Amino acid sequence: MPTDFFGGVVTVFQEYGVSMLEGAVASLRIAMVGTIVGCLIGFAVGLVQTIPVTDKDNPVKRAVLWAVKLVLNVYVEFFRGTPMMAQAMFIYYGLLPLLGLRLTIWQAAYFILSINTGAYMAETVRGGILSIDSGQTEGAMAIGMNHVQTMLYVILPQALRNIMPQIGNNLIINIKDSCVLSVIGVAELLYKTKAAAGALYKNFETYTIAMIIYFIMTFTCSRILRWLENRMDGSDNYDLATTDTLAHTSGMYRYQEKKGDEG
Amino acid sequence: MGADKVIEVRHLSKAFGKHVVLKDIDFTVSSGDVTCIIGASGSGKSTLLRCINMLETPTTGEILFHEKNITDRGVNVPQYRSKVGMVFQQFNLFNNMTVLENCMVGQTKVLKKKKEEAHKSAMYYLEKVGMAPYINARPRQISGGQKQRVAIARALAMEPEVLLFDEPTSALDPQMVGEVLEVMRTLAKEGLTMIIVTHEMAFARDVSSHVVFMADGIIEEEGTPEQLFGSPKKAKTQEFLSRFRNG
Repeated sequence: MPTDFFGGVVTVFQEYGVSMLEGAVASLRIAMVGTIVGCLIGFAVGLVQTIPVTDKDNPVKRAVLWAVKLVLNVYVEFFRGTPMMAQAMFIYYGLLPLLGLRLTIWQAAYFILSINTGAYMAETVRGGILSIDSGQTEGAMAIGMNHVQTMLYVILPQALRNIMPQIGNNLIINIKDSCVLSVIGVAELLYKTKAAAGALYKNFETYTIAMIIYFIMTFTCSRILRWLENRMDGSDNYDLATTDTLAHTSGMYRYQEKKGDEG
Repeated sequence: MGADKVIEVRHLSKAFGKHVVLKDIDFTVSSGDVTCIIGASGSGKSTLLRCINMLETPTTGEILFHEKNITDRGVNVPQYRSKVGMVFQQFNLFNNMTVLENCMVGQTKVLKKKKEEAHKSAMYYLEKVGMAPYINARPRQISGGQKQRVAIARALAMEPEVLLFDEPTSALDPQMVGEVLEVMRTLAKEGLTMIIVTHEMAFARDVSSHVVFMADGIIEEEGTPEQLFGSPKKAKTQEFLSRFRNG
């Protein structure tokens, strides 16, 4: 067995590489699901929290909205304000048996990370919606859109673009923080790393490999998200469309002539 | 005055907290009218226009659209707004869409028109305002005057009965003012019913069929452009217009 550092790394990787990569795939899977579901929760909560209430609305609607917003606020504050590790223990070993619910470790992991991310995303989405100029809302309302249409077609697409960096942040945090879920026995990367390090007594080498794998995962994700952002911005240039065949030079193209009742 | 009344404002008041912006406003717009609302900044012109479109909720009073009070509870305000277009000082084009999409989204989502149909009429109105070549551009890529022309096309594409303009040229530099006013002149000639809040006095004089002068939240004086610009009766109107005449 080689005794130098690099030799040690190779040995660990040969013996436990597959196991650690499986763990990495698990981490990535939990992080992906947690981020995507968390974003959906966040959008839902953020949307409800930004529903405008005026004195003109009927009292029942106002009371219901008030109650729903209160519950959502409690949810956001509670899950942001307590450690995820404690939440995992609390939910998996306490709440679920108490309620008589049986979830697999995987389901529990998805659930815990999702609601946690959701709590953070709710505030991010709310911020994203508030960051859009009120003129956009007015423009949408002025052509007769209702609140849902305004949100769906005008505000959310712009808010989503603005919060993309924060979604990327959350994904990266989730890839790393999924390791917290090893306390309920999820076999993700850090769990496998601990096992490998303990079996071979090669902490330094094993954790070096773990760090490299984590970094590759997070760096790849952040690059993919940056690429996505650029795509969302659309092209910096636009083509002029013209029916004038004489002006048919570069940067122009003919659009289908679909005029109305003219001539 | 045989034309049918489209919009009637009755005893309209608006206060923001304790600050009263509009006091007991009455006026009527008939089909085909081009009404210009003039007056100093802060006189309540824009608030009045925004009340007509229910972007601001009137404190008291009524706004009748074809004799139906739209300030009543239970009135479908979005549906009303789809019939009363609005052009803003700051354009308010949807930044996440191209010029063409801006002019189509209201037709497809609000009026539930088919895509081809919406495309056709969007192109028709974009051509009318001279923006057809720019269908693929995004709002951030075109100039202020061009944005405003697209905004007019967007409003026209909804085929509204009335079009409201809230200082449409105030955010533009002098060169671009001309191109926007030109489009509005054409619309006026075609008989579109318009209510225009503007600081362009020459435009108001030439284009409007009716001029309303506002000061301190009330309608100080109104009449035909000849009356109001030719021989204003009230002192405030004379003072306001003297700057325009001498300038």
